[in-house]
Amino acid sequence: MLDREQVRKVALLARLQITPEEEAKLALDLGNILDYIRQLNELDTQAVPPTNRALETVNVSRPDQLSICDQREAILQAGPAVEGDFFRVPKIL
Amino acid sequence: MTSAPLEYEAVIGLETHCQLRTATKIFCACATEFGSVPNTQVCPVCMGYPGVLPVLNQKVLEYAVKAGLALNCQIAAQSKFDRKQYFYPDLPKNYQISQYDLPIAYQGSLEISDPADPQRSKRIGITRLHMEEDAGKLVHGGSERLAGSTYSLADYNRAGVPLVEIVSEPDLRSGAEAAEYAQELRRVLRYLGVSDGNMQEGSLRCDVNISVRPRGQATFGTKVEIKNMNSFNAIQRAIEYEIERQISALEQGEAIVQETRLWDDARQQTLSMRVKEGSSDYRYFPEPDLAPICLGTEVLDQWRSDLPELPAAKRRRYQEVLGLSAYDTRVLTDDLEVAQFFEATVAAGAPPKAAANWITQDISAHLNREKLKLADLSLTPTALAEMIQLIEGGVISNAAGKEILPDLLTQGGSPKDLVAQKGLGQVSDPLVLQEVIARVLTDNPRELEQYRGGKTKLLGFFVGQVMKATGGRADPKLTNELLRTSLAAAVAQS
Ligand SMILES: [Zn+2]
Repeated sequence: MLDREQVRKVALLARLQITPEEEAKLALDLGNILDYIRQLNELDTQAVPPTNRALETVNVSRPDQLSICDQREAILQAGPAVEGDFFRVPKIL
Repeated sequence: MTSAPLEYEAVIGLETHCQLRTATKIFCACATEFGSVPNTQVCPVCMGYPGVLPVLNQKVLEYAVKAGLALNCQIAAQSKFDRKQYFYPDLPKNYQISQYDLPIAYQGSLEISDPADPQRSKRIGITRLHMEEDAGKLVHGGSERLAGSTYSLADYNRAGVPLVEIVSEPDLRSGAEAAEYAQELRRVLRYLGVSDGNMQEGSLRCDVNISVRPRGQATFGTKVEIKNMNSFNAIQRAIEYEIERQISALEQGEAIVQETRLWDDARQQTLSMRVKEGSSDYRYFPEPDLAPICLGTEVLDQWRSDLPELPAAKRRRYQEVLGLSAYDTRVLTDDLEVAQFFEATVAAGAPPKAAANWITQDISAHLNREKLKLADLSLTPTALAEMIQLIEGGVISNAAGKEILPDLLTQGGSPKDLVAQKGLGQVSDPLVLQEVIARVLTDNPRELEQYRGGKTKLLGFFVGQVMKATGGRADPKLTNELLRTSLAAAVAQS
């Protein structure tokens, strides 16, 4: 089970605005999801190294070679607001 | 009864962010150039578009590992990237790709010279070194001063620029030590060629963690973080200010608040910066889009063998092998470019002490006066060595060297040619000098007579006459010798 205080904290960290009704519902839903995953606790994983990633590739890298993206205008225009060469963003103090 | 005032000691650690000198960003092919038109060095990857795939820049890995090796670190057998989640308008993805529990390098140390006694050195522990991406830049501009302004302007050219974060152990004890550590760290990174360490352009940024405690106390006091210092001098002064502030708070019975403070350079003090509660819950998790890193011994051996001689080793060699003073050593090794110029001059045949003198004195003075770098000069190490050899070999005087140096610095060319052109070659041919001496004695019969009469102090007068006759180019030692012989012969004749 997840309490409503925990739901509010997660919502704050994710910048989600939720109503008190949603809080109750999410506490239940998220609690159920966690309970489902908790079934794994039945297994003894003491000797199993943590899996950070599902794929087994290692050392994937690329050469330090410049390639200029030609999508600048499209990227700028996709922003919520633009002023000159800049994105206009909310001021955070 | 009064008790002795408590003696305090500061406990200081530094977190240094350093931009790696690559052509492209850490996970995409965008340029990293400083000062370009805003938002011209961006692409879907560094702007955090859904569905894009970041791929690690090989040079970033190589440079980070080389920095780790140079700092005597262990290189991780297994390393990976993680997402550090937080919301801020300078972060397009709402998370920063960094390294959390498996940094690429850890448990190292850096040797610095003790500012209290430059003859001694001190080892500062390095906790870890990890790779991460930089954030964008927010410009508040004129709007900031307007009351009620509700927005900032974002430039993401810097978002995704490769950084290494280097965390020191809390081994530093004073502002001067911390500044020395930061400078030595920059020197090492510049020697390696992995960073330009330019503080004005933000390629090197230091955050300080600092607490004070009564001397002898084993536990640490409450620590405060200081940010926003953009010179080594500011690091030193911010720490000195903070030590005073914390001690006087403790002495007045106040508790130190764990917080982040900003250094205000104009007011020369640290100011509390309010941070929202709970905002430091970064919920790190492994970055699923980037493969883990497992470096083999071959590549590690290769990179280790690429490492140049590092500043501390160079300083030791200059003093112990080349016999230079502590001062010359420090001036020559501070900048790799200067050290390389010096070494090339010595390799071209100049004695180390003479080469050091010319570089740290006349040449440095010229560079400072004209605000130039060694690379801007027309003088080559080979030409400097040739000039020094002309002096050492008695072909020209030290004064003649100083006379041709300005031309060599600005026009370049061969010192031998310049000496011939300006007629500055020292006259050291005994036959030529004998002729001059004979003429001087004939032209000055009165003085010769007085000399014969016992006024031997006139030797100086004759030397002067020979110098005058040769335009100051007569070899002084040889002139003295030959004159003594000629005068003795003249006395014997009479
Ligand atoms: Zn990009």
